[in-house]
Amino acid sequence: MSEHEQKQESTMSRRRFIRNSGLVAGGLVGGGILGGLIGANMNKDGTATEENTHTNGHDQVAYQQSPLYFTNPETFGILQAAVERIYPKDENGPGANDLDVPFFIDHQLAGSWGNNTREYMQGPFFPGSNFQGYQSPLKRHEVFDVGLAALQTYSNEKFKKPFAELEGEQQDEILTAFEEDQVKLRGVTSRTFFNILRAATIEGVYADPAYAGNKNMEGWKMKDFPGHQMSYINQIESEKFVKIKPNSLHSYTK
Amino acid sequence: MAKTLPKTDAVIVGVGWAGGIIAAELGKQGLKVVGLERGKERGVKDYYVVHDELRYGIRYELMQDLSKETITFRNHGKERALPMRQLGSFLLGEGLGGSGVHWNGHTFRFLPYDFEIKSQTVKKYGESKIKGLQIQDWGITYDELEPYFYEFEKAAGIGGEEGELGPKRADPFPNPPMKETPITARFKKAAKSLGMKPYQMPSGNMSEAYENQYGAKMAPCQYCAFCERFGCEYGAKADPTVAVIPFAKETGNVDIRNFANVTEIIHDGKKATGVRYVDVQTKEEFIQPAEMVIVTSYVMNNTRLLLTSKLGSPYNPDTGTGVIGKNYCYQILPGSAGFFDEEQFNTFMGAGALGATVDDYNGDNFDHSDLDFIHGGSISINQSGYRPIQYNMVPTDTPKWGSKFKENSIKYFTRALSIGTQGASMPVQLNYMDLDPSYKDAYGLPLLRMTYDFTEQDKNLYNYIGKITDNIMKEMGPSKINDRQQLEHYDIVPYQTTHNTGGVIMGAEPETSAVNNYLQMWDAENVFVVGASAFPHNGGYNPTGTVGALAYRAAEGIIKYSKEGGLLA
Repeated sequence: MSEHEQKQESTMSRRRFIRNSGLVAGGLVGGGILGGLIGANMNKDGTATEENTHTNGHDQVAYQQSPLYFTNPETFGILQAAVERIYPKDENGPGANDLDVPFFIDHQLAGSWGNNTREYMQGPFFPGSNFQGYQSPLKRHEVFDVGLAALQTYSNEKFKKPFAELEGEQQDEILTAFEEDQVKLRGVTSRTFFNILRAATIEGVYADPAYAGNKNMEGWKMKDFPGHQMSYINQIESEKFVKIKPNSLHSYTK
Repeated sequence: MAKTLPKTDAVIVGVGWAGGIIAAELGKQGLKVVGLERGKERGVKDYYVVHDELRYGIRYELMQDLSKETITFRNHGKERALPMRQLGSFLLGEGLGGSGVHWNGHTFRFLPYDFEIKSQTVKKYGESKIKGLQIQDWGITYDELEPYFYEFEKAAGIGGEEGELGPKRADPFPNPPMKETPITARFKKAAKSLGMKPYQMPSGNMSEAYENQYGAKMAPCQYCAFCERFGCEYGAKADPTVAVIPFAKETGNVDIRNFANVTEIIHDGKKATGVRYVDVQTKEEFIQPAEMVIVTSYVMNNTRLLLTSKLGSPYNPDTGTGVIGKNYCYQILPGSAGFFDEEQFNTFMGAGALGATVDDYNGDNFDHSDLDFIHGGSISINQSGYRPIQYNMVPTDTPKWGSKFKENSIKYFTRALSIGTQGASMPVQLNYMDLDPSYKDAYGLPLLRMTYDFTEQDKNLYNYIGKITDNIMKEMGPSKINDRQQLEHYDIVPYQTTHNTGGVIMGAEPETSAVNNYLQMWDAENVFVVGASAFPHNGGYNPTGTVGALAYRAAEGIIKYSKEGGLLA
């Protein structure tokens, strides 16, 4: 199969996901969805562009660019829009969507972290003081369900438009309201949701690419962080700053 | 129905630094030892893909599984304590080697002042100086403990140089200090120009290839910057699974059982007869009879196991009487962050205990006559290696997200340095630990309840030492320095330090302490409770060096007790 054909196939399979999940969601798929679910990789008319192919720059298909948790493209689109405001594309480099942060978060929510498997989740539950930490009975994936839905509701009420279709400043205004705990959510505070969303976004920018974010180690490159290196014993005393080509965990098995 | 196993000389609860050292020393003497460790077996072979910040540094792969067991927390006695549902403020260890696997390796000796804090402070400043503080002498002096410190430093291959103001040493460090870097050199130059006496931080990362007294070979540190929160794939970090546990096993006298969670010390009110434990995988219950019970399961579980087993007299915060759960202390951490617009540092390189330290404002090394606090702290710069998720140091006025945050967090990743303090923490009557009335662990036992908040002493120390760290940072020549937040209430969420102390404290009298200076329980002579739980207060250094010294002291006591019996002090 040629590289071109592989790209085509990958694009097609993603389009299928959108159509299928659109059906699951009750035929809600519209222009906003195409602009949302894979907005970072698609033109407005749904065609793939050269730079938003679904490969990792080599001959392989980037199979990790598939949702494992989210089943509803509208919800995924809200996530994409929100993380881009937290970590935007700008003159300093790629933003959260370019780095595949939504896929990182999606995969994390599908696993142990999203299900709080290593945390104390026994009741009884009480809100607690500002110093007693997380006390919600919701698991993180439920917090995202509640929080992302609330972003949409709040957006529709305040701006009469879905969150993903708002101007950046309007999205910031909403995220700020959540951050400042001005929005009432069910089972969790909006501040807690925002803090988890913010933390997860930063994790997706800088975690090893094995986790589906930090695409091509571009997050690390912005910070001059060389990832996994076996040793700095010969450079640790250097008076000069040392630029090193980054390595990921993948290099363990290469 | 629990199955009763054949009796052993000593059963050890928890196999980390303290348990590992005691197992090695007892095994060497021919005593039969059973080591019960609730977590899994692990060692250097298991750190093949360890350079993974998310997995180890953020998701805490090596830490305690809180779904099975946690603590509850409240700031004061009128509040409802709630479970610490997620790790945050401190990172409890789990598995063979305990927290000794994921520590950084900063290895200090507490000051002579620490061990005689009450008598020395009262003598110099008068009784009024310690008003409101529940401090007491440790029942042992630095000079008595000196050889045990050295024994631990040899086992752990500590590299360093003697600080002028630190405790006097009878022997040089077993290893030379770590390498000097532009960052440590910058700190030292600044501190010197302010009249302070900096030195290279004593390190449990091997500065050279090393073999300890047990024949354990450790490799030289590679400065790879994945140290704290990680295991070392080189075996270059002082780690009980490298330094002491292999020898303990080689003696043929030590049987270490993993996935064995001790739920009770069985006793008749005067002496223990053994322990009850559950295999956390099969859920089978066992009774392990033993001549001696050694409790080395960290501050939290040392305290909790005694309380749930009804051994020793529980502390009462209303009267200040009783001992188990008394004097919980933490660490006070003033520091300064500096931003260097025109310079770039290799901040992503480092080693856990690569750093430089001053003792000028620790203990009673400076005059407290006109100060509204006692003690102080060691001030250090630490180049342990920034990692990109955790380290987003930005100037104070930076927003928490968005383009400006992105710009500054990227820019300053290699252009920000910080100075930190290990500030001493003084006990007060109302900071303590007991059993939670409602929350339970996976085995149906009550969780430990922590009642803790910062005090005026803590805030005054924090503000005073913070000005000193600012001065050093300013002298290092940054473009700007961050405003320091006020020390308000203790918050269980942001990571601060895993230097929890107290709960089963040592001393000279059974009325005010739980264990004597051999870490032997006053109320049960064949039970030894070892760890930072024995600290009557927390000093101005990282605690592990002192924990190691106490473990060697306890090992000597246990061996003596096995021959002679009776209270040793």
